[in-house]
Amino acid sequence: MTPARKQRLAVVLLVVFGVGLATLLALRAFEGNILFFFSPSQVAAGEAPLDRRFRIGGLVEEGSIHRNAGELAVRFTVTDTARSVTVLYDGLLPNLFREGQGVVAHGRLNDDGVFVADEVLARHDENYMPPEVHEALKRGAESPVGKHYEEQP
Amino acid sequence: MNWTWFHKLGSPPHFYRIAGAMIPWFGWPAAVLLFAGLYGGLWLAPPDYQMGDGFRIIYVHVPAAWLSMAAYVALAVSAAVGLIWRMKLAELAARNIAPLGAAFTLLTLVTGSLWGRPMWGTWWEWDARMTSELVLLFLYLGYIALHDAFPERRTGARASAILALVGLVNIPIIHFSVEWWHSLHQGATITKLSAPSIATEMLVPLLVMALGFTAYFTAVVLVRLRVALLESERDTAWVRALGADDV
Repeated sequence: MTPARKQRLAVVLLVVFGVGLATLLALRAFEGNILFFFSPSQVAAGEAPLDRRFRIGGLVEEGSIHRNAGELAVRFTVTDTARSVTVLYDGLLPNLFREGQGVVAHGRLNDDGVFVADEVLARHDENYMPPEVHEALKRGAESPVGKHYEEQP
Repeated sequence: MNWTWFHKLGSPPHFYRIAGAMIPWFGWPAAVLLFAGLYGGLWLAPPDYQMGDGFRIIYVHVPAAWLSMAAYVALAVSAAVGLIWRMKLAELAARNIAPLGAAFTLLTLVTGSLWGRPMWGTWWEWDARMTSELVLLFLYLGYIALHDAFPERRTGARASAILALVGLVNIPIIHFSVEWWHSLHQGATITKLSAPSIATEMLVPLLVMALGFTAYFTAVVLVRLRVALLESERDTAWVRALGADDV
């Protein structure tokens, strides 16, 4: 390599490294704003803004979904297994909404500590499997042997 | 270190010949792999336990997303080689990768949006993963616009190469956005360190599709590069000699 090329190579590496470092610092500074949602524990710790709308995310607690017949309004509990928050929502729920599912609700906390949502989104986890495998895994978890996958007829 | 092979590869008539010989070796596998992957993904793979058949968009969305990022890395490396070695071929490569990368990015955004509406309940959210992928689309478009804004092609190549290098920082952000921040988008299934959490019969068509997309991308870039070489070298002896053969 000629000296001129070496110099240009050094400048290119310096630019890539410098931009990377600057972005890293900027992203760290904005960290709170990039968070898409707060967890129930963060809400309990007072980290969520109470004066404006924010998102709360977690799992829908098993057996916590309540609705009155003939109404869209639904009440459920979002939990991160440590803390939980009750959510009220009146609207259409996405396909993936169910007990144990990850959800993100957008709205604000009222004075009673209940989260009034105007939008509920379901999250999908990174697991993909056929229904039979899911059934088998569930049966395996419920069987007395424990969590291990059990072959069943 | 001996750089002769490198400079020889950068020689337009030499590369034109090599590329011409390589195109069928990528083009045909691309056709076969894409056909096999679509058949495997749409017919052979079982439906997902939660999403049913809706998950099958993964066979287009995920390979397109991978390629949108891989193409950008290829673009930035080509642009850097063009900048450092002043190699005309590398400059042409960067410029000709850009429209394909932009197309893959758009495909990723559109398929993701179509899936997000029924599954998440929204067409679009300003989530870190989605926003950074949208930034990638703007980087591609900005690169093309800046490159073509100069009357002198090689000046444009040099100026836009800087933009391409600066934009490189977005690639790790896209990949790690789902780990660094709470995001609506799910985490990585296949590129994480532990075993992939997807059933094997669903995974195989996905990998076949990813290979097919890569082969397709390579073949199309080579075709585009050959055309770009002919155009930029039209006044040279070797291009004239090519024309004389055909006439």
